[in-house]
Amino acid sequence: MKIAVCIKPVPDPKHYDKITINSETKLLERQGIPMIINPVDKNAIEAALQLKEQLSGKVVLVSMAPPDARETLKGGLAMGADEAYLLSDRAFIGSDTLATARVLAAGLKKIGEFDLILTGSGSADSGTNHIPSQLGELMRFPHLNSLIELNLEISTLKMKTKIENGHLEYEGSLPMVVGVAREINNPRYTSLMGVVMAQNKPFITWGLSDLGLDSANTGLAGSPTQPGDLHLPRHGRKAEMLAGEPEDIAGKIVAILRTAGVLA
Amino acid sequence: MRKQLGAVWVIAEQTGGRLAEVSLELLGKARELAALGGGSHTSAVLMGSEIRHLSEELIACGADQVILIDDQRLELYQNDTYALVLEALINKHQPEIVLCSASYCGSELSATVAAKLETGLAAHCVDLHINNRGEFVQVVPAFGGMVLGDILCPKSRPQMASVKPGMFQKPDRDTTRTGKLIKETVAVLEGYKSPLKAVRVVQGQPSGLPLEEAETVVAGGWGVGADAWCYLEQMAEALEGAVGCNRPALDEGWAKGEHAMIGTSGKTIRPQVYIGFGVSGSAHHVVGMKDSGVVININKDPQAPVFQVSDYGVVADVKKFLPVLLEKIREQRGK
Repeated sequence: MKIAVCIKPVPDPKHYDKITINSETKLLERQGIPMIINPVDKNAIEAALQLKEQLSGKVVLVSMAPPDARETLKGGLAMGADEAYLLSDRAFIGSDTLATARVLAAGLKKIGEFDLILTGSGSADSGTNHIPSQLGELMRFPHLNSLIELNLEISTLKMKTKIENGHLEYEGSLPMVVGVAREINNPRYTSLMGVVMAQNKPFITWGLSDLGLDSANTGLAGSPTQPGDLHLPRHGRKAEMLAGEPEDIAGKIVAILRTAGVLA
Repeated sequence: MRKQLGAVWVIAEQTGGRLAEVSLELLGKARELAALGGGSHTSAVLMGSEIRHLSEELIACGADQVILIDDQRLELYQNDTYALVLEALINKHQPEIVLCSASYCGSELSATVAAKLETGLAAHCVDLHINNRGEFVQVVPAFGGMVLGDILCPKSRPQMASVKPGMFQKPDRDTTRTGKLIKETVAVLEGYKSPLKAVRVVQGQPSGLPLEEAETVVAGGWGVGADAWCYLEQMAEALEGAVGCNRPALDEGWAKGEHAMIGTSGKTIRPQVYIGFGVSGSAHHVVGMKDSGVVININKDPQAPVFQVSDYGVVADVKKFLPVLLEKIREQRGK
């Protein structure tokens, strides 16, 4: 079974509170925030590795990212994936989800045929949740997003996707593109042996011309959505700090609740 | 002569013949956009099986017309069939703006349709407006809500946006409003063999009052801990409210489930009163509660960012303070 997992390096969500906008350049300041594999993409790698263990085959990682993402992607090889492809070119900068899906689809098609293409349901940084569906459309594969269960029974895929207060049950067949939710599994820890072995696994970097893409269809130029101004959310309130003995403070809160009309 | 702008569409979401509140919230916003010059009128697209009766509610909440596709093959939501129908409708009617719910199904459907049409889609918008150049501006959160960015879609049409439930106010129902009902058929599904089969929907309302309907929300974070979590539940009960949580509390398994989570990947609420215990106030969480009426937070860290979005703050050990406050509330109720 040949499985591709599309992954994205993102700034570690634990440090998002440090992100600011430079008041002069109006650009995002995120220096010093470590890059990691988008957390739910690790669930996608785990799902791929479990299928490989069950059915044998190969797990290939594909990512559109800047050249310095190399070390981050190696973390996926250390988990147990077999090969990594980094799609990197200045012409990809500013890609929205549709342009990103075009680059990923071109990379996947160049690598070869796949039975299953997995990815995380969404990314921690931009969080659109568009990629699984848009990649599926461009690959012309059936697709589903937010999978919480995936089982291959003979040639039928049995799947559950997450919805508000429940789930949907689907049946499908390969090939497919699926986005997984974090509930689907618990990603394995990386072993020291895995890290050592990752150093010798194939790592290929391709740019615009390798993929046979036209720069008019990638990056900012190829994106139907264009970014405008950035803002910091404004929802500041001036807190009145309540002080005193716990009993007194509790009394003050009760008074506030009564004034607000939620306590008789 | 200036070209007549197309319509502002809302893709209505329904499950088992029940309209999702978010569709009505979007209709309110759609009317506002149409009035500001973003489009000529407001249409709701209603897809499903045996759902004609829902059109009245859509009209009462602001739709000038309802485009109805009532077909057995659309009984269960499935991204491929729904997306094919929606793509065909958009190609036929050429709307200017299409608003969708950013629910799980809505996110999937809108992304699929945008890819088919090769047009722009802004996800999980927190605001939508028309700027002074007449452009449709879609404001999206990034980095878990830490930063907001404007998105424009200058060339492709329609301009698509998805919005999470609770982001906009639901308009008042006006049963005297009238609107046009346009029935469409699904020629595009004739002979179509789906590679997917939706087997069934499993959906249950979690017990207790839904978070988004509660007038009082008692929210807990990391600072509460497993042992003190029960006080939150008792306090919510005493205040006839609901318990909410942030991501750390959900991950620890203290909160009852994802339906209780407030924030970027959870719910957006605007209760009359929000009381937070041991909630640090990360941007992810604040996005979902900032529009609450009165905000009270209790945290042992005087520097906790949550105090910047609070009307009242208490610096205290949450585990010790919770039972004291619970007792006072019960005392008051007993009077």
